[in-house]
Amino acid sequence: MIRLLLAVTAGLALGGVASAQNFEPANPECIAPAAPGGGFDLTCRITSQQLNELGIVKPTIRTTNMPGGIGAVAYNNIQARRVDDPNVIIAVSTGSWVNLAQGKFGRFNENDVRWLGAIGADYGVLAVRKDSPYKTLQDFVDALKKDPGSVTIGAGGTVGSQDWMKPALVAKAAGVDPRKMRYLSYEGGGEALAALLGGTIQAVPGDASEVQGQLEAGEIRVLATFSEDRLPGVFANVPTAKEQGYDVQWPIVRGFYAPPKITDEQYAYWVDALKKLNADPKWQKVRTDQGLFEYDMVGADFDAFAKQRTDAFRKLAAEVGLKTTGN
Amino acid sequence: MDAASSLAFGFSVAFTPFNLSLALAGAALGTAIGALPGIGPINAIVLLLPLCFSLKLPPESALILLAGIYYGSGYGGRISSILLNIPGDPGLVMTTLDGYPLARQGRGAAALALSGIGSFVGGTLTVLLLTFLAVPIARLAVAFGPAEYVSLMVLAFALLSTMGQGRTAKTWAAICLGLLGAMIGIDGGSGVERFTFGSLEMLGGIDFTTLTIGLFAVSEILVVAEGMRSGAVTNLGSGERLKLSELVSCLPAMFRATGIGFFLGVLPGTGAAVASALAYTAEKRVSNRNNTFGKGDMRGLAAPETADNAAQTASMVPMLALGIPGSGTTAVMLGALLMYSITPGPLLFTQRPEIAWGLIASMYIGNVMLLVLNLPLVGLFARLLLVPNWILFPGVLGLSFAGVYAATNSMFELLLTTGIGIAAYAMRKMGIPLIPMLIAFVLARLLEDNIRRALSISDGDLMALFSSPVAILFWLLAALTLLVPVLAPRFGRRIRAVSDSEGG
Repeated sequence: MIRLLLAVTAGLALGGVASAQNFEPANPECIAPAAPGGGFDLTCRITSQQLNELGIVKPTIRTTNMPGGIGAVAYNNIQARRVDDPNVIIAVSTGSWVNLAQGKFGRFNENDVRWLGAIGADYGVLAVRKDSPYKTLQDFVDALKKDPGSVTIGAGGTVGSQDWMKPALVAKAAGVDPRKMRYLSYEGGGEALAALLGGTIQAVPGDASEVQGQLEAGEIRVLATFSEDRLPGVFANVPTAKEQGYDVQWPIVRGFYAPPKITDEQYAYWVDALKKLNADPKWQKVRTDQGLFEYDMVGADFDAFAKQRTDAFRKLAAEVGLKTTGN
Repeated sequence: MDAASSLAFGFSVAFTPFNLSLALAGAALGTAIGALPGIGPINAIVLLLPLCFSLKLPPESALILLAGIYYGSGYGGRISSILLNIPGDPGLVMTTLDGYPLARQGRGAAALALSGIGSFVGGTLTVLLLTFLAVPIARLAVAFGPAEYVSLMVLAFALLSTMGQGRTAKTWAAICLGLLGAMIGIDGGSGVERFTFGSLEMLGGIDFTTLTIGLFAVSEILVVAEGMRSGAVTNLGSGERLKLSELVSCLPAMFRATGIGFFLGVLPGTGAAVASALAYTAEKRVSNRNNTFGKGDMRGLAAPETADNAAQTASMVPMLALGIPGSGTTAVMLGALLMYSITPGPLLFTQRPEIAWGLIASMYIGNVMLLVLNLPLVGLFARLLLVPNWILFPGVLGLSFAGVYAATNSMFELLLTTGIGIAAYAMRKMGIPLIPMLIAFVLARLLEDNIRRALSISDGDLMALFSSPVAILFWLLAALTLLVPVLAPRFGRRIRAVSDSEGG
């Protein structure tokens, strides 16, 4: 009861004094819902460093790691203990929505947080070794059609994860049952790439940033990018899946959410911060260097997008025969 | 540029007074942080990573600082493994086996010195190999397929089972417990939850730090509280320093362990835990004539220490040569490179030679710094044991819990640690060894994932596991490991009988 009262008074105090212009987070924190070193960790560390360096957020943002269940533990921790904490943002990616749709985040769903905005996106790609018999996406699909078991696919996620979804969608578009795919899961994209180079697997449905170094070195061939338009840089000569007749798109959007019960002023503060960040040319350079592509979507648009994506993944998972949660 | 002149270039990058002092500062900081129970190199690097950015260091200096921290925290972890019986990192589990008994015998300073020299030998020899052979070795390493991994793991388990002399059943029980513990959480292949009982905290499985702190720190304090151990080590002051003869007697063990550590470290995903476990058990097979292993044998300390550092260093090979992180720590280092907008990959050596060769040079320097920094201080560290148990162990427990909380930010983990500690206390009472359990826990995932991959490729045909010469070799070695203790006594008698009759 006392805690509740305290929370209410704190909320009142903040709500009373603060408006969108002068709410200032105290001791802000970015939660990376994974162990150090992965994508979430980098999203938090790089974004908070830039937010501070560019003077968008004054107080130093610290990054904390809260690993467990690919974001599930952090999602539940926010619901249980920090529903109205305005000083915390949590990193999120498309992969989180895939899991949310499959009920891997417990009893909470996509309507239980406030989606702040995206800071960039990576795109799914399909990579094979440089000496692979598959020269185009069509070659890969033909082999799948002939015998789904003849193509060993491997990537960093489990069956049902976004890495699995990418080839599953291609297979589905080609009329092949995704469950017949021969899919090996590895601990991270790096191990899968090692297995590709070593010849254990024949195709890696990875991310553009993950395979960029290998592509530059000519070790691998990228059959298709799962993006709407061609990607710039080393990927400029790689056709999209859509160009090759398979309309499969898989942007891996990276962004943030906030606890559900922060005030509109507090929400507006963080949305505004991300807006300013996305517009800053210095950030745009940092983003490109990270292998991330532009994906400017913040505030209400992002909120709608997150909910729409999660719902689409729910339908998709049901279609390809995976467990899902209803709303 | 050939390797030698490239390396000279790397040294020219690293050998500025500024970078050298960074390496030293990193080693000192790393040692201090790594010595905290439960904090291994990964956590130490992550904790100190912001420092690199707030200092606005250029990337090569940051990498040199990180390499210093990395080696330092590895060494710091040895301090808590040897003196307190709490390994801070999977690669240091085997260190406790002979290191802790040595410390209890008052040879803490000697053990720390030997461990430092062992890691120096393993690290330096491996960096040498890496300098000249990184690319061809990395090519071979990635060709290691699921069948080879499975047979290698089976060999590791076979060796592990021979560890508890005369307690084979209990050792197997411990191994099974470790395997079972590793099943908890989201299954890496299908994404299905196993043994989580609907608890979200269990989704990620049991964390290594949580398990280790529970198994060792918590159970140790229970044992102490029970009064089974009395007082601090008494003859610490008169404890002898490491003698040259002892060091020399360990050299063959160190060379063998370097080979094992290098080979296993290069393989993506295996890491230092497998390397040190194999090096220890193999060394025991070779050298344990007087049954001194596990009771404070110097070679039993030198072997896993050397292999650990050799493997840690060798895990840089896939990262530098192919841009593929071979271990958790290299993944963090790779992340650090990314934060500097450097794309790691096969072209790193040609595009950014100052980074690639600067890092290799800084590995040489980091190894030397550690010796310089720590050898004079081992006596001081060892004095930690002069603190009476009633202060020492509660203090260690407090720090351990702080470490667990820092790594996970979760109250649940603290409760889990306590629960595991109580279970471990019961296991110790029953004479079930803890180390095989912990190693089995670490290896279980590798074993399971690779069995799944191998069978998935072969469509369930078990023969796929015996499909390559390398795999068959490992299977044979595993079979020998299991059969020799059963058959050896008979053969031994026969051979003795034969030689007696020949001699007579």
